[in-house]
Amino acid sequence: MTSVIERPSAPQSPHTPSLVSRLKPNLETLPTLAAIVIFVGMIIYGEIAYGRILQFSTLSNLFINNAYLIILAVGLTFVILTGGVDLSVGAIIAISSLVGVMLANAGWNPFVVIVLMILIGSAFGAASGILIQYFNVQPFIATLAMMFLARGLASMLSTTPERLADESPIRALSTEIKVVDGPKINDLVTTPNVIIAALVVIVAFYVLHKTRFGRTVYAIGGSEQSATLMGLPVVRTKLAIYIISGTLAGLAAVVYTSKLGIAQNITGVGWELDAIAAVIIGGTLLTGGAGFVLGSVIGALVLGLMNVLITRDGSIPPEATTIITGAILLVFVLLQRLVVSRKRKT
Amino acid sequence: MSNTSSGAASFLKTSVKQPYIWAIAALVLLLIINLIKDPSYLGISVNAVTGDLSGNLIDILRASAPIMMIAVGMTLVIATRGIDLSVGSVMAVSGAVSMEFMHDAGDGSLGSALMAIALALGISAFLGLINGVLVSIVGLQPFITTLIMMLAGRGLAKVITSGQNTSASNEFFRWIANGTVLGFPVVFIIGAVIVALVALLVRRSALGLMIESIGINPKAARMAGIRPVGLLIFVYILSGVLAGVAGIFSTASVMTVEVAKTGFSSEMDAILAVVIGGTSLAGGKFSLTGSVIGALLIATLDKTIVFLAIPSSATPAFKAIVIVAICLLQSQRVRALFSQRRARTSTPRKEAVSA
Repeated sequence: MTSVIERPSAPQSPHTPSLVSRLKPNLETLPTLAAIVIFVGMIIYGEIAYGRILQFSTLSNLFINNAYLIILAVGLTFVILTGGVDLSVGAIIAISSLVGVMLANAGWNPFVVIVLMILIGSAFGAASGILIQYFNVQPFIATLAMMFLARGLASMLSTTPERLADESPIRALSTEIKVVDGPKINDLVTTPNVIIAALVVIVAFYVLHKTRFGRTVYAIGGSEQSATLMGLPVVRTKLAIYIISGTLAGLAAVVYTSKLGIAQNITGVGWELDAIAAVIIGGTLLTGGAGFVLGSVIGALVLGLMNVLITRDGSIPPEATTIITGAILLVFVLLQRLVVSRKRKT
Repeated sequence: MSNTSSGAASFLKTSVKQPYIWAIAALVLLLIINLIKDPSYLGISVNAVTGDLSGNLIDILRASAPIMMIAVGMTLVIATRGIDLSVGSVMAVSGAVSMEFMHDAGDGSLGSALMAIALALGISAFLGLINGVLVSIVGLQPFITTLIMMLAGRGLAKVITSGQNTSASNEFFRWIANGTVLGFPVVFIIGAVIVALVALLVRRSALGLMIESIGINPKAARMAGIRPVGLLIFVYILSGVLAGVAGIFSTASVMTVEVAKTGFSSEMDAILAVVIGGTSLAGGKFSLTGSVIGALLIATLDKTIVFLAIPSSATPAFKAIVIVAICLLQSQRVRALFSQRRARTSTPRKEAVSA
């Protein structure tokens, strides 16, 4: 019982900077520290083995290419913090981007299209949330059903790649803005997509660590029963986190579509694993109750950097990427088991 | 399984009480829909030369065999409060291994077919073993363990065939899917025999009871002296092997493994067959008969969708809706709603029955 109360109370004191206190080495932050060490290690290894990693253009591309994954990981952080899971995010991206591209090509107003794309995500998230909260369906079954529903609907719309018209204003979200003009092509560039992702991270960080809603999320993950007994709005909060996850998946669809300009019914197969992996690598406990948003960002960047290194290396077949992601995820889940069992003993 | 009572009347009585009576009703309904579209739908013709039976019903039996395999494995896993999301990928791995082996052997002999089957089943069992060890000994949640296996397995299948859709030619292997014995498709007979063996194993020994007890109350089961570790590993290995068999079935019919498509979203079919058959996703009591009927229903549904010329890409969405509907029917809230209605409209005696 005591540990349950202690955990959500950690971010409660607004005077101590929560990030610093959380980064102090203890068992709870061990996975996140491990992720940071791995990230730095990967950068150093990549720089020595392949070169041209630690430079503006590579690092800018890391953020530009993984903006969607960061947004997805932030959404899933909320869900996993409560001890749930959302498997539907990849399929939501497929249907949302497909609908978006088709409507945009049909001449709809781009702002309406973008809002609609985000709302599609919210609708699927709300459906999962209602199934889970009001009908006691297990989270992974409800979101698995939503995953197939979304994927099936997307396949009904089109099974061929739909191309976003070149002059569509949605593509403006991926225009590159030079921040620092380096020598040759080595510029620090950013896109509105990266700025959107950064805003999502900042808002999520504020919401999770500074608001009553965020503390409720942690409390539910610690023990749902205790949270209910404490009089916290468990039902409303759990419904909200699935809507948040779905909405952010819709936003990720906007970001991804604007960058690639192509939508297909098989877009995003397996991205739910990437997003879950990012969250777990970032140190959020799969059983809920502990973890934080910035860790998930690190997790997403680790996965992104891994892809860069695999491409640079060239000897690893691209088919093996999912195996490596799975293996990394497994290692971190095992690490968590170790940490949790160690903590119970002490 | 409990329908061993004598007399057709009492048999009927117990059948009606089974949860899968609705699945049978849906099956009949689907067949009637097909019959309206084409009055000769149920006709079975006999090939005078070879004695083979052919017709839509035989096609359904043939198509139901792989679903039956993964559904039976999934039933036992779900009964222990677990889930196996990796069955589709294990199917792909098993198909990839067997096709790659026969492609390399290239002699089309019975020996290489048997070797391919042994290899495929071996690696499927190994993948199941990994799942089982991670779930039982390490104590990971089943869905995350098997989700990793689902994606890593699909990657493994692609690595085995280096991303290609490998084909092979071997008449003996092909016979599994396309051959007939006494006019019936071999694939269905093998499937039925395997289901019967599994049913005998779990129902004629205490195994089934122990599996159910883990699902109903793990703590009480442990207090009663049941060791969950071995049972869980057994269940996941069985699920893996059966998925391997399903992989052999589905690749043998075309003698090609499509690494991205073989077994894709099969886990949904398996879960669907299990819940249609009346096994609760919360674990506990399970019904293998129900899952087999569920598998038949899914095969019929797939065929019907093709037959009615509905785009087959709509199938996953349709199945997802069915799963959601069944989950809703199983939930307390909807049941309470129904029993309230019944209480309002009928005598209290009936309400007691429904509760």
